[in-house]
Amino acid sequence: MNKPSTIEEVLTNRTRPKSPTAIQASATFAWRALLRIRYVPEQLFDVTIFPIIFLLMFTYLFGGAISGSTGEYLNFVLPGILVMTVSMITMYTGLDLNKDIEKGVFDRFRSLPIWQPSVLVGALLVDTLRYLIASTIMVTLGYILGFRPEAGFSGVIMGVAILLLFSFSLSWIWTMLGIIVRSEKALMGISMMFLFPLTFLSSVFVDPSTMPNWLQRFVDINPITFVVDAVRTLIHGTEANGDVMIVIYISIALIVIFGPLTMYFFKNK
Amino acid sequence: MSTYAVEATDLVKIFGKERAVDGISLQVPKGIVYGFLGPNGAGKTTTIRMLATLLKPNEGHAKVMGYDLTQEADKVRHSISLTGQFASVDEELSGRENLIFIGRLVGYSRKQAKQRADELLQAFQLEDAAKRQVKKYSGGMRRRIDIAASIVTSPELLFLDEPTTGLDPRSRNQVWDIVRALVKNGTTVFLTTQYLEEADQLADLIGVIDRGKLIAEGTSKELKASIGAGSLTVHFDDLDELKKAQNIFVSRFEQQPDINEQDISLTIMIKEHAKAAKAIGELANTNVQIKDFSMSQPSLDEVFLTLTGNVPDHEGGDSSNE
Repeated sequence: MNKPSTIEEVLTNRTRPKSPTAIQASATFAWRALLRIRYVPEQLFDVTIFPIIFLLMFTYLFGGAISGSTGEYLNFVLPGILVMTVSMITMYTGLDLNKDIEKGVFDRFRSLPIWQPSVLVGALLVDTLRYLIASTIMVTLGYILGFRPEAGFSGVIMGVAILLLFSFSLSWIWTMLGIIVRSEKALMGISMMFLFPLTFLSSVFVDPSTMPNWLQRFVDINPITFVVDAVRTLIHGTEANGDVMIVIYISIALIVIFGPLTMYFFKNK
Repeated sequence: MSTYAVEATDLVKIFGKERAVDGISLQVPKGIVYGFLGPNGAGKTTTIRMLATLLKPNEGHAKVMGYDLTQEADKVRHSISLTGQFASVDEELSGRENLIFIGRLVGYSRKQAKQRADELLQAFQLEDAAKRQVKKYSGGMRRRIDIAASIVTSPELLFLDEPTTGLDPRSRNQVWDIVRALVKNGTTVFLTTQYLEEADQLADLIGVIDRGKLIAEGTSKELKASIGAGSLTVHFDDLDELKKAQNIFVSRFEQQPDINEQDISLTIMIKEHAKAAKAIGELANTNVQIKDFSMSQPSLDEVFLTLTGNVPDHEGGDSSNE
């Protein structure tokens, strides 16, 4: 094909390929998100710095008091902090989208003949990659500090995998809020209001049986507790008690509820 | 096949209490440039956004390229492209990445998308800036990459929302050339503008919109006939000459000019350019010494004054962007 050089020549090219499939379109939006990280690598700060700070802070702050030694506590708390950190990072998904969606380019996306959720799915896939980076950093650092998963490497992989599924699903809530809420600040406030109690009032830091009864009742129905227990079970190879299935159900429920809601608000923005 | 690119009937869009678009009906034939002329907040952007499937009308219905706007939105999206008023590419990415990205989204393979991106960069003279982030582009370059992104696949109908607002004259002329090239190749262009001159230069058919209503429609010639070609201003060296000229205008043209004694100038509104020439000729014939003279296009305000009896309401900002 000759290289056309004028606008009129490029216009004569009237080929109109078939619209991309949902997967192709999602992959293209994921590619966009990756390119943006390349231009602004600072975007990875939250997934690299947070895990390190959280892990060091909580291990050495609580270790002695709760388990008598940091070494033993690390084995207990690492799966918990892993869930807590990644759940908190999911919040940034909404914050990024909240800024991004105000830009004119979203009008173009929405006027293209593509599977519309791909705009968001692509971004969320890359966010899931960010969660994987955070998880890897945390497990690696934990290993250096003396963390020893009883179910070995494969247990860690399974644990992280179930956490990523949950985080991807949870992200849809922030994505929806990112579309509805007007300011970044308000969004931050709302996200924190949910994430702080949910992550702390769970089995992340201590065994719930040490808590007062009324608190136990909340902790026992807190979804984060299920995720922590599932991840802990997988990592340490303790008896599988159905937590994994419950987390899968929770994840599916989150997607089924918040996916369509998000798309509704996205289309009618 | 319909002969119209856009057929809209009584479109209404309400934001809160405000009727941003208040019953607009349009018929835009295929293959022309339709110019949507109006001040800020008149409802231009809202109308375009409805026709580009981005907003649902509260009332009314429309067909775009023969497809129903709400029932067949996906088919509409296949036939159109939208270049929004503000950056309609990703400013964080480079120009080339943007074009490849859009190319992939319209369904090209990776290789085809790259090839198409390079063609477009060359045609729009953006090769040197291909690898630069769009946020570092100048206003004119940014507009060109915006339009290039809209024609990755040649659309049958292209919406351009205020394509030249804020551009310097050279960049503006480049955009105009692009629009002309598009139409020559069979694309219908629906553009909005605040500039009468732009509508005059480009549009085959002009719709004048104010406060959500279409208040006039016609060719540039037809509109001018109702508005007049503009105003003629003549400057003099002294007030005596000015008075002589004033008398001539009053007796020959039965028109009382506006006098500006400080500038020693007079201004009259004229219907057509030929008349202006006649008036200058008349002054020369009667030996009135003139310093210089100038013609000016009627401003958008004058157009509105003539069509609606009042100057457009600039208040209320750009509610159309909501």
